[in-house]
Amino acid sequence: MGAQLRIYRRRMRSVKATKKITKAMELISASRIVKAQQRVAASSPYANELTRAVTAVASFSSTNHPLTTPSENPRRAAVLIITADRGMAGAYSNAAIKEGDQLVMALRERGLATEAYLVGRKAVNYYRFRSRKIAGSWTGFSDNPTYAHAKEVSEALISAFLADAETVETGVDELHIVYTQFKSMITQIPEARRMLPLEVVESEATSSTLLPMYEFEPNAAEVLNSLLPRYIEARVFNAMLQSAASEHAARRRAMKSATDNADELIKSLTRLANAARQAEITQEISEIVGGADALASASAGSE
Amino acid sequence: MSSNLTVEVVSPEKRVWSGEATMVSARTLEGDLGVLPGHAPLLGVLADGKVSIKVADGSSQEFNIHGGFISVSNDRVSILGEASD
Repeated sequence: MGAQLRIYRRRMRSVKATKKITKAMELISASRIVKAQQRVAASSPYANELTRAVTAVASFSSTNHPLTTPSENPRRAAVLIITADRGMAGAYSNAAIKEGDQLVMALRERGLATEAYLVGRKAVNYYRFRSRKIAGSWTGFSDNPTYAHAKEVSEALISAFLADAETVETGVDELHIVYTQFKSMITQIPEARRMLPLEVVESEATSSTLLPMYEFEPNAAEVLNSLLPRYIEARVFNAMLQSAASEHAARRRAMKSATDNADELIKSLTRLANAARQAEITQEISEIVGGADALASASAGSE
Repeated sequence: MSSNLTVEVVSPEKRVWSGEATMVSARTLEGDLGVLPGHAPLLGVLADGKVSIKVADGSSQEFNIHGGFISVSNDRVSILGEASD
């Protein structure tokens, strides 16, 4: 076998091996998107009920809860960025990090210092590489978050929020979250939202019906006290679930185009290898014919 | 007004149970609470413990709720629990 042909064959083998891996990753992600989507859907009854309840308390009571009252002189804001633990998902993590950077910039313009809370190894590495300060980080569950994880993250955020920003070094006055919204299998949008002080976002289901006059047990303030942390947890959990679904969708898409590229590469390498083989055969034939001709003319001359 | 309550028990990860019921009893921070059809709109914090539901078909269901809430309006009862089984 000629040297050229051997090189082409070797490259084809390596591309084929890569294709097998990307194809497998594509299929795995495709199956996980559905599961992740179902988890988003399964968590929505709870989130909807909670939003309804928070809206009811917030609109029917004049309670001045620290979680709902904006600080008059905000100094520091916490930014929670949700990214992936692993790569191979195209621009997914980068898009979220960029969105976070923009948010940080916007907050700086308002004169606020920012504290970074990061979920996912990608964001942590990005911050560490640029030696930026990290206030808190959680890794290892980006593709399959549970409520316990959301609770852990929310607890850190709420305690930072409740600490007085003027006296405590880690206290914050505002809480923002950057996650990737799962619109559909093909569209995922990185999004920045303010979580605290609370902007009650009325979900579509509740806005149409008028809320009844609730009685509160034990009282409105108490209900709000225990309701709001749950609400934050549910919001963080929902953001994590949507990000996980987006991560799988982004990975599936990235791996699909990698597989397509490998196919393309194999096709063109096959053509090159065939041409090389053909050239080799042609050369061998012309060598044989040339040799035979030389022999024939040599023997003809001797007679 | 229908004579039954529409009850939902939901946890953050999924809807645990839903159906028609004749009565729901739970324990709030202030004490035991029974909800029958026609109850006034209510939003209460639940103490950790059992919530029992008398299902419309005569059977009954019990759930252990931790860190939960009950919300009642227009004969719709929602029980939100952080952990429920």
